[in-house]
Amino acid sequence: MSEDILDQLTQSDYKYGFTTDIETDIIPIGLSEDVVRIISAKKNEPEWMLEFRLKAYRHWLTMEMPSWAHLEIPKIDFQSIAYYAAPRKNAPQSLDEVDPELLKTFNKLGISMEEQKMLSGMAVDVVMDSISVKTTFKESLAEKGIIFCSFSEAVEHHPDLVQKYMGSVVPYADNFFATLNCAVFSDGSFVYIPKGVRCPMELSTYFRINAINTGQFERTLIIADEDSYVSYLEGCTAPMRDENQLHAAIVEIIAMKNAEVKYSTVQNWYPGDKNGVGGIYNFVTKRGICKGDSSKISWTQVETGSAVTWKYPSCILLGDNSSAEFYSVAVTNHHQQADTGTKMLHIGKNTSSHILSKGISAGKSQNSYRGLVKINPKAENARNYSQCDSLLLGDKCGAHTFPYMEVDNDTAIVEHEATTSKINEDQIFYCNQRGISTEDAVGLIVNGYAKEVLNQLPMEFAVEAQKLLQITLEGSVG
Amino acid sequence: MLEIKNLHANINGKEILKGLNLVVRPGEIHAIMGPNGAGKSTLASVLTGNQAFEVTKGDVTFYGKNLLELSPEDRSREGIFLSFQYPVEIPGVSMVNFMRTALNEHRKYKNLEPLSATDFLRTMREKKELVEMDNKLANRSVNEGFSGGEKKRNEIFQMAMLDPRLSILDETDSGLDIDALRIVANGVNKLKTADNASIVITHYQRLLDYIVPDFVHVLYDGRIVKSGGKELALELEERGYDWIKQEVDGK
Ligand SMILES: Nc1ncnc2c1ncn2[C@@H]1O[C@H](COP(=O)(O)OP(=O)(O)OP(=O)(O)O)[C@@H](O)[C@H]1O
Ligand SMILES: [Mg+2]
Repeated sequence: MSEDILDQLTQSDYKYGFTTDIETDIIPIGLSEDVVRIISAKKNEPEWMLEFRLKAYRHWLTMEMPSWAHLEIPKIDFQSIAYYAAPRKNAPQSLDEVDPELLKTFNKLGISMEEQKMLSGMAVDVVMDSISVKTTFKESLAEKGIIFCSFSEAVEHHPDLVQKYMGSVVPYADNFFATLNCAVFSDGSFVYIPKGVRCPMELSTYFRINAINTGQFERTLIIADEDSYVSYLEGCTAPMRDENQLHAAIVEIIAMKNAEVKYSTVQNWYPGDKNGVGGIYNFVTKRGICKGDSSKISWTQVETGSAVTWKYPSCILLGDNSSAEFYSVAVTNHHQQADTGTKMLHIGKNTSSHILSKGISAGKSQNSYRGLVKINPKAENARNYSQCDSLLLGDKCGAHTFPYMEVDNDTAIVEHEATTSKINEDQIFYCNQRGISTEDAVGLIVNGYAKEVLNQLPMEFAVEAQKLLQITLEGSVG
Repeated sequence: MLEIKNLHANINGKEILKGLNLVVRPGEIHAIMGPNGAGKSTLASVLTGNQAFEVTKGDVTFYGKNLLELSPEDRSREGIFLSFQYPVEIPGVSMVNFMRTALNEHRKYKNLEPLSATDFLRTMREKKELVEMDNKLANRSVNEGFSGGEKKRNEIFQMAMLDPRLSILDETDSGLDIDALRIVANGVNKLKTADNASIVITHYQRLLDYIVPDFVHVLYDGRIVKSGGKELALELEERGYDWIKQEVDGK
């Protein structure tokens, strides 16, 4: 893994200096069967992987982009996109060339110089320090039999596991964006936790560097075998810029009997400027399956970035007594649009799910919660409790809630509560009167509002996420 | 310390304060009484910089500084504290977090280092005892689910934490039971020094038995129309406001 990161960083740096090399590495813009073949060939993939990609590609040709979400998306020309990450041509040479607003945010978040350079797309040397950290990290995981590597590495070294589970939760024909990902995915992460093993650390911040290079079509596969536990952390609080406007990731989680997977995300892709220009479109398919009895999956997400977010981390509760949780904070400001929520599909007996969604909208943004709770006829004694709260800052933004319920078993108990509130001038004045500035007051109030969700995050991430919420909403009140 | 000259203020275009004058010196306690809707809370809001109100005329200085130019938070940091008539709830924000943020902002303004966690918690404990506030309340979110009386007690607790130079108590006595009234009044008295001052807004002479004022003012129709010593409060309790209204309106 660490080798891989090093290679990617140093190689792109190296190639950057040799124009001819770059030329040969560029795949024509647009999507065709040839492009899919070239991507696969460049990654030295086995035949079965290519077949999977091609099958997805051919199916994708028959599909149309979904339009049911509460989003206004300009028409995307899929033939004008590059599907293989070539080295960035117009990467900044120094931090002087980077948007000063972005640098300000980096500084507020306390991000180191080196990391700032990486996040703004500059080629940098990996510091010695972090290499040794990664090596020790890898060793202690290997001792326990945990596999944690890039998706490409997994295809090469663990083909049996990949073949068995890839596409088993999100089938290749699942939806427009997932199918596209199946055809052209760049890279991502692979995790396998063996039977009875409790992963001794959060698989986490270590990923900052990795995340920068995984590109626009990321793919993650997490398998927790019987009686195992893992907490996985994705993303990064720093606003990440990317030349690629379209992102379509897939995450698949499989939890066997008695296994527990906790998946936390902080997503802060570049949202565009104040006028909504240049932000990332983020279309993500995340799904987990509680395959074994008494298994548990919990999704926690803090969404502050992207111009457009389309994302519904979901759970299939197949095993008896299995449970699932979805905790979400989605913040939108300026012209951002988010349509996010979850799906809970109850199939096993005595299954339970809990949904807690906190939307915060400011500026001229639109923030929608969309959720489906489905209780199958055989899901005896299923329980669901959903709570969806919306907080509005200002009166030009919108909050919408679309809860769907399909209950086909009489023993089910499904409860839904929703509230909408406005951030209150009186609350802000009360804080002001105690010496707290309006900006800090908004931060306090919003973090208080989102507290139950933030509490689900691992400690150090929670602190960063709190700062992030406040920064995202800066200047939105008063 | 505080000098209010010919103060006029509007809300939604309607004039509420109509030429109010008041001088408060260190060590003094001023009681302000007056009928409902006279403008007492409005005065408190204007002094603390509530943006809902617009000052159309007049001057207010606090230790020589033009108060009207300062932001609400800077007025607080300068040492003006308002015990709200209706304290608001802030769900999810713990009292500890709220108070620590506030206190450290005050310290920053004075170029002091933030308090260490231990020092802060010790201060919290001391001040809680002063108003005999239940530990449980201090561990909850700001005013969330507090009873009316508990909210008032929490206001005085915050006042004790921030140690203001001028405190404005807007009907802090309303909603308090007899014991709580005594406890809160005792708290206020213990915080009294020769250097700080209070403006106590109340409808009831009863409070003034505990917090003994140096001056009593009657605010009516946006102006202070009568001032006197603490015996004026007794007279108001006995006679109501009609005679004052007649005096004023008759002119
Ligand atoms: N937001 C507002 N919009 C319109 N009028 C207002 C507003 N706030 C206060 N007022 C009016 O201003 C006047 C003075 O109100 P204020 O609250 O200052 O009275 P008060 O003397 O504190 O009365 P009380 O003894 O009932 O507390 C009242 O007529 C009230 O209706
Ligand atoms: Mg009042």
